[in-house]
Amino acid sequence: MKNVTALLTGLVFGLGIALSGMANPAKVINFFDIFGTFDPSLLVVMVSALITTFIGYKIVFGKNAAPLFEPKFSIPTKRTIDTSLIGGSIVFGIGWGISGFCPGGAIPAISFGGTGTLAFIGAMLLGLVIGRSLMHGKNIFARP
Amino acid sequence: METQFTPLLSLAGGILIGLSAVLLMWLNGRIAGMTGILAGLLPPFEPDWHWRAAFTAGAIVAPLMWIAGGNSIDFQNPVSLGASAISGLIVGIGVTFGGGCTSGHGVCGMARLSPRSITATITFMISTFVSVYLIRHSGFLS
Repeated sequence: MKNVTALLTGLVFGLGIALSGMANPAKVINFFDIFGTFDPSLLVVMVSALITTFIGYKIVFGKNAAPLFEPKFSIPTKRTIDTSLIGGSIVFGIGWGISGFCPGGAIPAISFGGTGTLAFIGAMLLGLVIGRSLMHGKNIFARP
Repeated sequence: METQFTPLLSLAGGILIGLSAVLLMWLNGRIAGMTGILAGLLPPFEPDWHWRAAFTAGAIVAPLMWIAGGNSIDFQNPVSLGASAISGLIVGIGVTFGGGCTSGHGVCGMARLSPRSITATITFMISTFVSVYLIRHSGFLS
């Protein structure tokens, strides 16, 4: 059942990303190009997604001790703000600014069929593996 | 390349993104962060890779269904193939060290008021702004 719910949730996510403009590199780059061809659409996306999630999470965590199809909520427990978090976020931003693609924006963009999208995703998957090997030692196939 | 401000579409899209984050937490108890979901789909595959694959498949198929229903979605990519690939590599490494991206930190983590996610989101938003500024206005890449 949890695979069916994940599929349905993924459908909602993909449609939301596509409609919002997050899967459109020109639009994403223009949001950050305040001194050029600025397009404020992404501010609307971020704020509306954030408010929806904030209210929804309050209801979910307030009314349920556990999720419907899993024994418990899987919430990140790490609390420390370290150089890995900040350095990684800086590096991510450099890349996001180059292509206008973030991971969540690029995956639904596959459906538009551009070669640039596929090049980004192929390289990003490689980057995820390389990043993990850099973080956790030499064996890239070892579980962290 | 100019793009039109699309407040209504972006509002609808943003609400759907939020709704998917809430649904995935309520039903499966999971953070709807694309970095974490994809990371578990790469070797060594997480034991629970099935739901991750299902979510990713849904995310890819949804726009196709929308277009098949006779609707259109704007897609404009002004970036070269080479720059897209370089960016992918940088993004993949960055989000691994940063522990998340726009969906995981920017939406789910921010909504939980997680100090890590708030820090990460502010950091990558500033970094992306600087990156775009340097590429488009400093002339240092041209």
